[in-house]
Amino acid sequence: MLNPLDYAIWILTFVLELGVLYCALRTRNFLRYLPLNLYMLLAVAADVSRFAILEHYGYTSSAYTYFYYYSDVLLTICLFFALTGLYSRVFKEMGAAVYVRIGAIVVLVLTAAVCFAMVRHSQHRLATHFVIELSQNLHFVGAVLTYVLWSAVKTLRETRTQLIQLILSLGVYFSAFAASFALTVLYPNSPYSWFAAGAMGLWLPLAWGYTFLKVPESARLATARVSAGAR
Amino acid sequence: MILTAALILALSSVALLQFFISYCRSMIAASSAVCLSDQIWEVTGIESRQLRGEEFIRILQLMSLCPDSGGNSGAVSAVRTYFRMISFVRSTLRGVIPSIVSWTDAELSGCAHFAAVALDTRISRSRELMSQQYS
Repeated sequence: MLNPLDYAIWILTFVLELGVLYCALRTRNFLRYLPLNLYMLLAVAADVSRFAILEHYGYTSSAYTYFYYYSDVLLTICLFFALTGLYSRVFKEMGAAVYVRIGAIVVLVLTAAVCFAMVRHSQHRLATHFVIELSQNLHFVGAVLTYVLWSAVKTLRETRTQLIQLILSLGVYFSAFAASFALTVLYPNSPYSWFAAGAMGLWLPLAWGYTFLKVPESARLATARVSAGAR
Repeated sequence: MILTAALILALSSVALLQFFISYCRSMIAASSAVCLSDQIWEVTGIESRQLRGEEFIRILQLMSLCPDSGGNSGAVSAVRTYFRMISFVRSTLRGVIPSIVSWTDAELSGCAHFAAVALDTRISRSRELMSQQYS
């Protein structure tokens, strides 16, 4: 069963997601960062649908379980494409947008193939095991790809503060989730990793809302001042 | 399976730390370009007009007295975590690596400047709201 803290985090996440969409519209960042805002829109829709299914069928129902994991993998794929949207913005001047899209699809297909290879011996609920595995592995792949993007940003001396903060916040999100899933494998009965995963859901809306609201599009920043360990 | 999970945990934790530090530093660096108004020096009582890391906690206490209407509490929490991390590094490694003190001091004063900018914004907004109410 969900406890009051779970409900509080859920409601807060939902409100913050709506807040991000409001901030993006108000500061005219909605179309500029369309893939990120589409992800937020999908997250809002998933929250509403999950709550409706929870109310109708109950927390322990298979309908809620299936919907939760299938919507989760859809959200993760959407966030993966949001990340490729950031790649496209960084490499826009090089005219590499097409290669980025092809690369993203190749990585997605390869990750799906690896996940399928991992779960193919499952006798029951092969598709469900597959989507759970895909969602978890995509978070790790997302963390690696964000790391590569951040390295490219530093090498190319990208200065757009909004872009830098969006990439870094996405990096925190992906790597925290990847660590949380790994903790769940190492300590299956620990409630902390699940709680951490729930609380991490707050991170992206908070960070993106702050960036859209407080950082103007014209703001510039030297990446040399930002890198961990730099003086 | 366990070995893979442990490897993913280790790699993800290192990446998480790097991303989080860089994210906090990006916010601090962005705020460093903002000049503080006279009201901040009056409110904090800092006559030297030089912010040091030690002022960070006091500025946060002052901030808690001021209503947050700008929605920067999440960012302040992130920088507070970064401040604690740097303070921990400073107190742990200062005996081993003496040169780290100057770097941590610069980082901590950056945190204090970030908090002062956030406080400045809150005070200005509160005064605006009050003047709107009275007019």
